[in-house]
Amino acid sequence: MTFKTLQTAMAEQGYIASGDLAMALHLSLQLGRPLLLEGAAGVGKTEVARVLAAVQDTQLIRLQCYEGLDAAQAIYEWNYQRQLLAIRAASEDGETGRQVEARIFSDEFLLERPLLKAIRQTKAPVLLIDEIDRADEEFEAYLLEILSEFQITIPEMGTITATTRPMVILTANGTRDLSDALRRRCLYAHVPYPDLETELSILVTRYPEITDRLCAQIVGFVQSLRKQELEKKPGIAEMLDFAAALMGLGVADLTDDPAILQASLATLLKTQMDRDAIPTEIAQRLAGKAA
Amino acid sequence: MTLVTKFAARDPGPAARMTGFARHLRDHGLRLGVGETALAIEALCHVNAANPSEARRALKSVFTGCTEEAAQFDGLFDSYWMNGGRVKTRVVPTAPNAPNEHAHSTREANAAGDPSEGAGDISAPDGGTGEADANGEGKLVATDIANLFKKDLRDIVRPDDIAEAEKIALRLGAAMRDRKSRRRVAARKGDQIHFRKAIRQSLATGGEPFALPRRHRPDRTLRVTAICDVSGSMTVYSRIFLAFLAGLMRADPRADAYLFHTKLVRITEALRDKDALRALARLSLLADGFAGGSKIGDSLNTFAGTYGRRFVDNRTVVMILSDGYDTAAPDGISDALARLKKRGCKIIWLNPLKGWDGYAPTARAMAQALPHLDLFCAANTLGDLAALEPELARL
Repeated sequence: MTFKTLQTAMAEQGYIASGDLAMALHLSLQLGRPLLLEGAAGVGKTEVARVLAAVQDTQLIRLQCYEGLDAAQAIYEWNYQRQLLAIRAASEDGETGRQVEARIFSDEFLLERPLLKAIRQTKAPVLLIDEIDRADEEFEAYLLEILSEFQITIPEMGTITATTRPMVILTANGTRDLSDALRRRCLYAHVPYPDLETELSILVTRYPEITDRLCAQIVGFVQSLRKQELEKKPGIAEMLDFAAALMGLGVADLTDDPAILQASLATLLKTQMDRDAIPTEIAQRLAGKAA
Repeated sequence: MTLVTKFAARDPGPAARMTGFARHLRDHGLRLGVGETALAIEALCHVNAANPSEARRALKSVFTGCTEEAAQFDGLFDSYWMNGGRVKTRVVPTAPNAPNEHAHSTREANAAGDPSEGAGDISAPDGGTGEADANGEGKLVATDIANLFKKDLRDIVRPDDIAEAEKIALRLGAAMRDRKSRRRVAARKGDQIHFRKAIRQSLATGGEPFALPRRHRPDRTLRVTAICDVSGSMTVYSRIFLAFLAGLMRADPRADAYLFHTKLVRITEALRDKDALRALARLSLLADGFAGGSKIGDSLNTFAGTYGRRFVDNRTVVMILSDGYDTAAPDGISDALARLKKRGCKIIWLNPLKGWDGYAPTARAMAQALPHLDLFCAANTLGDLAALEPELARL
């Protein structure tokens, strides 16, 4: 498989990947290295993992990172309630201490969290570690160990080695800098906002029934909106919402009704400052240019 | 499409070329190890390496690690592989340094404009409005001689200052200490039950949890990284700040200290000398260019790009001791602070001028820095520094 075939396969699943991204994914699959995707929010980083899982016809396991994420939520935890009950039951059945211990620290009482689950699959899954920059440094360090060895040590049970190597995708949108050690372990691709052609084909792929004229207008409008000084630039998902809103309202031409355009901006601009920055006149001017 | 580089006939082969390319990238500031070179060769086995655009994409995903590097990569790739000759377009990773860093920047500024304009002094870049008067309007500190002149810091700082500063630094360190970790560890008096331990212990008592072990969120210490401005406009305050730095280094083994004027120097090791006076002597040697001009933006940027990468994390308090008078363009400061801030640290700016009545952060540098600061305080004397304790505790 070359990166071109991967690109085509992803397009069939409804994801238009740039050449750089397709190549990075291809290499990541071939070399068995994790892939770090960076880019602004809303450019479709998370979607890459979902589509890749679909292309590979495998499971997607997702770990959403947040500050304070620890081993109990990311790797495994013992099921304490069941353990307590089992100990109680065992004392009535007259099991020996050693037997009880062996039993309650077995697979049956282990709660798998995403990382452990990912390395115990029979078919290599896609493991998505989403927004790694939200987790703290301790977790990053832990992740390094897992990503290089693909094994997890549980003191009570011993070391669990990966049966298959999951295809790992990490995403980050620059909340904080990642450590150099983590970056070095990963292949890297920066996911930018899509260019005009890519965005057009994304819109057409998602809404085949859209008219060419409206399609060009929407994409042109959103692209020029991204060039404005905004706090939060609209991403691809916002663009699709915007298109859906306009189609739902039965708009055939962006410049037709300023009031409707202004109202549907709610799907694109998500802060008060951004709404104020794009008053009706500017929106009309941008829409006029896009037409 | 430019021509592909023709390598000499004695060139030993693709592996050597790839090594050369990695070296070329390293020369331009990309941080690469041997592992990446090997990985790059492996990666090329999986793509059509004869196709330049495929090879470019493959190498890009292997060799780059962040947005800046990715943006820089295409130029570097072209210069090595696509230039059809030996001429390499030099792509400089960071803003090029001024041709002569040692030269005082007032001179540079004046060289650009009218040389007779004396108002653009380092201590009063605004042309002498408001508080700048007290620093001596029109004082020309800068000459080549001032640059070579080494001030003996032992004349400036007295040992008993250091002893007092050490006490203050200890107290400040303790004030900043209690930042709760988000993880929990076993503790005698904790707010949660440590289930894992409880289950283990209850095995011995047939499932009855007689003792309930607890866990809590431990305090994590914050590290102080102090960056002190020793430019001409700060000379008056240097005594206090250097004493404070020396005290800080003695009080907290994890603290870190830097000086800057037109360039940045790490003084942690020098200040850790057991003999306080010898420490200052060592410092004098390092502080070449002391009491000259200051390039705050450049210095902070250097810090963010070099030491900051290694020593600053989310448990660091970066303490900047400066009056905010920058001789270079002030745009750099907010960028540098934003870069530092991204590492998750707290930034405190102690400005000696703020202690004055009616001071407003009008110096452009200071005004630009404000949005990035967690705390902006006055500090003229050791007493002022000691008074910071409650403020720091709130960080």
